[in-house]
Amino acid sequence: MKSKKLLFPYTVWMAIFVVIPLFMVLYYAFTDKSGAFTLENLQYIPKHLPIYWDSLKVALISTAICLILAYPLALIMANMKASMQRMMNMLIMLPMWMNFILRICAWVIILRPNGILDSILGVFGFGPNTIYHTTTAIVIGVVYNYLPFMVLPIYTSVSKISRSVIEAGEDLGCNSFNVLRRIILPMSIPGIVTGITMVFVPAASTFVISLRLGGYSLIGDTIDQYYKGGSFNMQAGSMLSLVLMVIILISMAIMNRFDNGEDAGIV
Amino acid sequence: MKKIISFLLVLSLLFAGTGIFSSCSSDGENAKNRKLVICNWGEYICDSDEDGFFDVIKKFEEETGIEVEYLTAETNETLYSTMKAGGVNYDIIFPSDYMVQRMINEDMIAELDFENIPNFSNIIDRFKNPYYDPENKYTVPYFWGTVGIIYNTSMVSEEVNSWDILWSDQYPPNMILMFNNPRDAFAIALNKLGYSMNTVNEEQIKEAAEELKKQKFNFVMDEFFELMPSGGAAIGPYYAGDYLDVLQDNEDLAFVRPESGTNIFNDVMCVPAASKNKDLAEQFINFMLRADVGKCNTEYLGYSTPNQAVYDILDEDLKNSEVAYPSEIPETWEYFEVLPDKINDLMNELWVDIVSKNK
Repeated sequence: MKSKKLLFPYTVWMAIFVVIPLFMVLYYAFTDKSGAFTLENLQYIPKHLPIYWDSLKVALISTAICLILAYPLALIMANMKASMQRMMNMLIMLPMWMNFILRICAWVIILRPNGILDSILGVFGFGPNTIYHTTTAIVIGVVYNYLPFMVLPIYTSVSKISRSVIEAGEDLGCNSFNVLRRIILPMSIPGIVTGITMVFVPAASTFVISLRLGGYSLIGDTIDQYYKGGSFNMQAGSMLSLVLMVIILISMAIMNRFDNGEDAGIV
Repeated sequence: MKKIISFLLVLSLLFAGTGIFSSCSSDGENAKNRKLVICNWGEYICDSDEDGFFDVIKKFEEETGIEVEYLTAETNETLYSTMKAGGVNYDIIFPSDYMVQRMINEDMIAELDFENIPNFSNIIDRFKNPYYDPENKYTVPYFWGTVGIIYNTSMVSEEVNSWDILWSDQYPPNMILMFNNPRDAFAIALNKLGYSMNTVNEEQIKEAAEELKKQKFNFVMDEFFELMPSGGAAIGPYYAGDYLDVLQDNEDLAFVRPESGTNIFNDVMCVPAASKNKDLAEQFINFMLRADVGKCNTEYLGYSTPNQAVYDILDEDLKNSEVAYPSEIPETWEYFEVLPDKINDLMNELWVDIVSKNK
């Protein structure tokens, strides 16, 4: 009884800020500017398929890079002294205390022509760099921005693994590679899945990073342009958001299936 | 337990903080507790305390005791859709000619009571009763200006006199800037092709879109202020007033208006119909029209003033600047007019396509 009452504030929050907006998106996606039901907005989907593909590509690459960078880091962190762990945690979170736009502007100043990277390269006789306004620049921005969301869940799940389980494995003759492969990796799957979800979802809908660092727009910028451009086409924007949500939902469903399967394996 | 205590401490600190602030404002003169919400463009008001300048908003607050919340929007289009979407309570906005015309058409702007704005008499006659507000009921001109090509002479050695240079392949493509909003960008492409900036011919607009796709631009708005003076860009179209601003940071920059014509614009001050503080807003507009305030803004920003009292006391160099106060205004310089919804939609869709393919 008590616990249900405690849930009340969150339920209200959900209703106002999640459920109602979702229905509004749904409503605008299937109405025209006068508010009458229409399927006409579906025409925006095929036109923008290449942009969805670009966005998914960036999201997949960035998520993979985040995972490759984050997993070893999380493992090393989990084995550090407690005080070091706290400091590392802090260092990883520190950039997030700064405004997101500000951090992207800083990347522009680093990568742009005659920027900081160019002047460093210039000292060694290299350059100018050709990263600015490429897909690589977007991936750098996305990885930089969302890496903490990959590190922290993996770190949490790795540090929960009991020392005795690993020791048992070693006693039974596992070398350290097999300990990693057969014990640590399977037991950290929930962390990995959370990490992937928390990076992939915002990366797929990312905006600002793409236009500022990559010079071209991904689906996030496109939706933004429909809402904020002079034509104020909320209908198109909502339809495109809806499709993006469906794509993300499908990706998450695939991920979760993977998660459950592995969990069952461990038990 | 420790955690709970520290959490409570943080919480109490937060509340203590807000307590201090709220007590401050209730003790202040502004007992009515009304706040004036201003939505301007970036870098479009004097906020400097350097010699001879003063922070205009702060001065207004000090003189009147009215509390101001100062916000900025990036483009006319963003301002329009933010207001259309609702949920904002701007009391003063600074739209350009074509946008305020559209807003007036859509009943989004309140009629001003010019009895509260006596300083309106400072405005030069040719800026009164403009095409976007023929009876001059809704708007007061703030600045006017033109668009031109700004380029860095340390990187560009050829002679610049047409938009063609923006399509040059002599420079790394991301060194060439372009407006990050459809209306301004299309206007340049249309003028380059010899069409009117206000065309409603769909074929011409599509042709302009193809033109914009031919170059890999760096689409920017306010980032211009960082990129241009620092050497992060070689060439880009921007506003004459901002050229005078960035010139102070980098003397190598030059400005030219293409021979084929360009965009000339008026930005106005007006009050959204939804504003509940129209009287305060009018008080602010009147304040902005004062000679000393106008001089501060004009000399700080470099935009061209439509205010005679301000012009009279301007620095001689600025007064005689061909960039800010061209001696003649050729017919090829076009003001933007409102475009029909259908054309706006088309432009926006073409724009989305252009920017997503800008790889």
